[in-house]
Amino acid sequence: MSDIPSDLLYRESHEWVRQDEDGTVTIGISDHAQAQLGDMVFVELPEPGMSYEQGDACAVVESVKAASDIYAPLTGEVIEANSALEDSPELVNTDPYGDGWLFRMQLANAAELDGLLTPEAYAEQAES
Amino acid sequence: MVDFVGWAMPINYGSQIDEHHSVRSGAGMFDVSHMTVVDIRGSEARPFLSRLLANDVARLKTRGKALYSCMLNEAGGVIDDLITYFMDENWFRMVVNAATRDKGLAWLEWQADRFSVAITEHHELAMIAVQGPEARGAVHSLLPADAVDDLLEIKPFTAIEHGNLFIARTGYTGEDGYEILLPDGEAGPFWNALLDAGVKPCGLGARDTLRLEAGMNLYGQDMDEDVTPLESGLAWTVAMKDDRQFIGRPALERQQAAGLRNKLVGLVLEGRGVLRPLQPVMTAAGPGLTTSGTFSPTLQRAIAFARVPVGAQDRCTVDIRGKELPARIVQPPFVRNGKTCDGIL
Repeated sequence: MSDIPSDLLYRESHEWVRQDEDGTVTIGISDHAQAQLGDMVFVELPEPGMSYEQGDACAVVESVKAASDIYAPLTGEVIEANSALEDSPELVNTDPYGDGWLFRMQLANAAELDGLLTPEAYAEQAES
Repeated sequence: MVDFVGWAMPINYGSQIDEHHSVRSGAGMFDVSHMTVVDIRGSEARPFLSRLLANDVARLKTRGKALYSCMLNEAGGVIDDLITYFMDENWFRMVVNAATRDKGLAWLEWQADRFSVAITEHHELAMIAVQGPEARGAVHSLLPADAVDDLLEIKPFTAIEHGNLFIARTGYTGEDGYEILLPDGEAGPFWNALLDAGVKPCGLGARDTLRLEAGMNLYGQDMDEDVTPLESGLAWTVAMKDDRQFIGRPALERQQAAGLRNKLVGLVLEGRGVLRPLQPVMTAAGPGLTTSGTFSPTLQRAIAFARVPVGAQDRCTVDIRGKELPARIVQPPFVRNGKTCDGIL
């Protein structure tokens, strides 16, 4: 049974979104997703300053098994990428909701948050 | 679990990288019961195999001795790669790939028509590979003293029989160890006994990273019916010194006379990233393509096999998602017996 924190929002493609106090969001992939992908060996992150539409492929996580696209869960500008993942991509496996976060965004349209999955809805999807 | 030509097989039991390291530093085991075991019996078994295989069964003289070989079509393309064990003059045993079972067996039957041989597939045999520096000791701990005495004697690429067990000192990882054939009903208990002896279960994922590090080809990726062993890094398995007329030989001779165009090499990515199959490669001698690629847990670098023009050497670039990343061209294997090979890093 995978860990699905109750204070986050989720996307069908297994990204999670945390709303930070300064109005930005932090994005990562779920425990379920990291378990499915297996041992992470390389993470390609978006450059700060780049803007993405909701659903754009903006990062790649590579496990020994396969490369997987990560999609921008929301429209906005990337303001920071987790540089610790360059040397320690395995943080995505060991701490997917903490030190294994991928990048932070400044949202262009906060209303998009309403369209994301609640923890309950994501749990239902992840289990099916 | 994934479906592999009808066999439900795990990619990994837990962490694929941990499984990989356990084989390099301790002992790991693989359920490879999908491999197809075929016995060739009859008075013309040796002449048949002499015609069928690109490597020369004349090299097999003592009971249990094994030979790795390709089986070629008339065009010199690789139908399958396999191991042949010599049991006696009227009995050779082959272990062939599951993915090529149907066409391989059909080819065997077709070619056997002109020889006095009988071909029997052994569905009832399971196969467990136990690999790593501590693998042999773990297997020995489960066997009676007389079997252990025999096993301590045998050289690599040799098999012994003990009761229902057929134990070969072979593998697909670049480490010492055994591949064990046994009746399928005994495989579960044997697996559990190995587990109790400290051997770690490993899935198809670790099997692939281990064999790639060890410089061993995977049929269907690194060679197939459209390429010859000469352009697949397998020239060493083709015995052409005497005039033995094996299937595919005329085609190989024509290819040699015309000059080989391509060769299979190893690549080590210089920077961060992961090499995968079918990524475009650019060398000073022209373009090529990766055939297998992965992240090497031992080297902590991305490695690959690539088919490139024969003149390619030293350096190349690999196209990974539109970026041209620098890589070095090396001679596999990358890793043997737990250690990085010379010239790889």
